[in-house]
Amino acid sequence: MKKFLVILILAVLGFHLFAAFSGLGFGVTRFEKGVKDFYLEKTVSELHVANTVTSIVVNFRGFDTLGEVTVLFLAVSAMGGILYKRRHHAGDRSVLFSSSSIVRSGSKLLFPAIILLGVYIFIHGHLSPGGGFQGGAIIATGFLLMLIAYENFSVSHNTLSYIESFAGIFFVVIGLLGFMNGGTFLQNFLPAGILNNLFSGGVIGIIYVMVGFKVAAELTGLIYTILHEKD
Amino acid sequence: MIYLILIFFLLILMLGAAVYAVVQKDLLYAVIATGVISLVLTAIFYMLQAPDVALTEAAIGVALTTIIFLITIRNTKRYEDDYNKKDNLKSPLK
Repeated sequence: MKKFLVILILAVLGFHLFAAFSGLGFGVTRFEKGVKDFYLEKTVSELHVANTVTSIVVNFRGFDTLGEVTVLFLAVSAMGGILYKRRHHAGDRSVLFSSSSIVRSGSKLLFPAIILLGVYIFIHGHLSPGGGFQGGAIIATGFLLMLIAYENFSVSHNTLSYIESFAGIFFVVIGLLGFMNGGTFLQNFLPAGILNNLFSGGVIGIIYVMVGFKVAAELTGLIYTILHEKD
Repeated sequence: MIYLILIFFLLILMLGAAVYAVVQKDLLYAVIATGVISLVLTAIFYMLQAPDVALTEAAIGVALTTIIFLITIRNTKRYEDDYNKKDNLKSPLK
């Protein structure tokens, strides 16, 4: 009965996917002169975003970013699944080498600065180079420094997964709100604001903050899992 | 002109680090060499006016990947072949 149900669901899904994709003309040139001029023009005139890369990554090609974030999530989940068995031995961490007091005080001094840099980078994603992914990776680097310097420094796995899930769900919810307001997935529905201001670019800022939290939580969890893997 | 010379110097440095990482039998040194590749690549990306990619490369390539490889080496073994097993026991990472 269960197998029959699964086959039925797969058949329905397959039929609809085929119906959706059979209409696409693969290999047909649909753009005469390319889309780069469109992007370069609309970024400043309509979205009021200073960083063209960000506007393409989050707004025009936001769906690709959602896929990218999903790929990272799947990779980290698979890693956690493989190393799951050994995580129950609480407290034992594979220490690279016991750190000296210079490393300890230095990393304690650097940790807030690194976190601040990461937050700055993903909040100003639409104004300056960088964005959610870069900022999240930098924050994860800060946590990595602390995890290596202090043997008993620990992060809560539950908190990390809550942050990660909440950020991912919020990203999709913002995309669905675009359906309700504008018409397409991840359509901009907030006012565009003034060019070069912090509150400009509509949903780009919100999405990049969410991506930053998600990437930071994922990479920190990844490093934490690997450091606690011991045999 | 000096820009061109600098970028050629960086490319040669990157190539040298890559060859070193392949040839070196001590995996710890090889991992540090791959970190150097990422570091030089960050500078090259920055010079080619791609600061977004440079930031990603600096955080992921230099820090995270190197540390993950170091943890892996610590959990397996340091040398590529089993010839110097005595050194393997004496290594600071063990």
